[in-house]
Amino acid sequence: MTRLARYISIYAALWKNSVTREMIFKTNFVLWIVVELLWFGLQLCFVGVVYMHTEAIGTWTKWQVVMLIGAAHFIQEIFQAFFLINCANLSELVRTGKLDFLLLLPVNTRFVVSLRQVDLGSFVNAATAVVVMGYAAHQMQLSLTLGQIFGFLVLCAVGILIHYSLMFMLATISFWTVRAQGIVWAYYNLFQVARLPDEAFRGMLKITFTFAIPMLLVANVPVRFILDTLRWPNLLLLLAVGAACWAVSSLVWHVSIRRYTSASS
Amino acid sequence: MKKYLHVLNIGIQNNLAYRFNFLARALFGFIPLLALLSVWRTIYAAKSPGATVGTYTLAEMVSYYLLATIVNALTAVHDDDWQIANDIRDGAISQFLIKPIDYLWFRLVLFASGRIAYFAVAAAPLLALVFLLRKYFVLPPDMVTFGIFLVSLVLTALLQFFISYIIAMLAFWVLEVSTFIFIVYAFEFIASGHLFPLDILPAWLVRALAFTPFPYELFFPISIYMGKTTGAALAEGLAIQLFWVLVAYFAARFAWSRGLRRYTAVGG
Repeated sequence: MTRLARYISIYAALWKNSVTREMIFKTNFVLWIVVELLWFGLQLCFVGVVYMHTEAIGTWTKWQVVMLIGAAHFIQEIFQAFFLINCANLSELVRTGKLDFLLLLPVNTRFVVSLRQVDLGSFVNAATAVVVMGYAAHQMQLSLTLGQIFGFLVLCAVGILIHYSLMFMLATISFWTVRAQGIVWAYYNLFQVARLPDEAFRGMLKITFTFAIPMLLVANVPVRFILDTLRWPNLLLLLAVGAACWAVSSLVWHVSIRRYTSASS
Repeated sequence: MKKYLHVLNIGIQNNLAYRFNFLARALFGFIPLLALLSVWRTIYAAKSPGATVGTYTLAEMVSYYLLATIVNALTAVHDDDWQIANDIRDGAISQFLIKPIDYLWFRLVLFASGRIAYFAVAAAPLLALVFLLRKYFVLPPDMVTFGIFLVSLVLTALLQFFISYIIAMLAFWVLEVSTFIFIVYAFEFIASGHLFPLDILPAWLVRALAFTPFPYELFFPISIYMGKTTGAALAEGLAIQLFWVLVAYFAARFAWSRGLRRYTAVGG
């Protein structure tokens, strides 16, 4: 218990640092929220335009897809709030040898590497995603029980864990090649798959994005859960894949960190 | 002229150092492309065979996105705007003020070298993808149309570059330009036709967009290639595209000269 309390107090200190840092550049903080909001709006426009020309994508109706895009955005923003910058910075830590300093700290290195900075603006954008989901639920006249909302949040957490594990694995490539930053940003392309309805995919694409890179589970499963269209095998699959991604990323991290040979100092 | 050819040569060599980055970028870019194509395939599958969305058959829709990817590879600004903003911020432009090299032409040549290097790397995977989807890939109606498409493509590249150059000029006034770059890019992304062909929008919106430079940054050359813009509309469109290129060019020159009045080089 004292161990947990210690980590909580460390994390609280990291939060305090992040808040201070963000408040130095206030205008920039607000502008980044605007940028994210614009891109979110853009995705919603796309849905609007597509549904001018069709009734459904597979069995997904317009407001169901809006709900899906909202959920995918919510998951992405919460992931961004906690992990994204830190994953992206890993290659820089390796290149400059600053990882030395973190390795020497008397805490779990993966903990401090993954959670060093908090991106506060992402919480604001996550809130806009919640508003959009609420509006979509209202349009579908969906009445949700507390149990459903709780289940939805738990499944979203599994989705975030999958995003984190995959991107962290990509970031550890920097232990092998120095310039891995671009590779991490390439992950952004995968977010675009996560917000599309699973029924739009068939064949190899469907298999790849369900089992190898489980983007079609991350947001689709939580949304299907509250829409009551979820089949139980898919729920179990999400949980299993989440656990597997976490386990593999732990393994990769342990193998990678052994290759670390600092930089000249 | 000779000095700019020299810049082109060095620029290509510099850019080719990033060939693996380019390849990774091109391949990862296929993921959202294939995802979008899957969505459209599913939508068309639910319709009767031969049905259209707007004026697009399934093959034309697939071709539209493939062409958008190709045009984008040839004309999109990669990180030139960031580099220009950095040059201004850290004072690297000082050397151009005392050398007989024009900074705008210098950057334009570097932009061209970047596109040449990128396309040299990305062409193979792109052509492979087109080959895999050849069943859905439409060819231009005739060679003349293809020639006009190429002309329009060059104008598109110029327009994209000058607009990015103008935004980068903001670095004379503000410290951090990346948010502005992303905000403009968001508008370009939807209004130039990256997400969907613009003419499936309601007619009034298409007409409204025609008053902005955005369609000429991507949609217009593709519509030429696909034979959707012909005759008088084609001539008029090319004239308007040229008009926007000139407007953007003079605005870029103007922003530069105003910016230089504020510019103070610090240190050496």
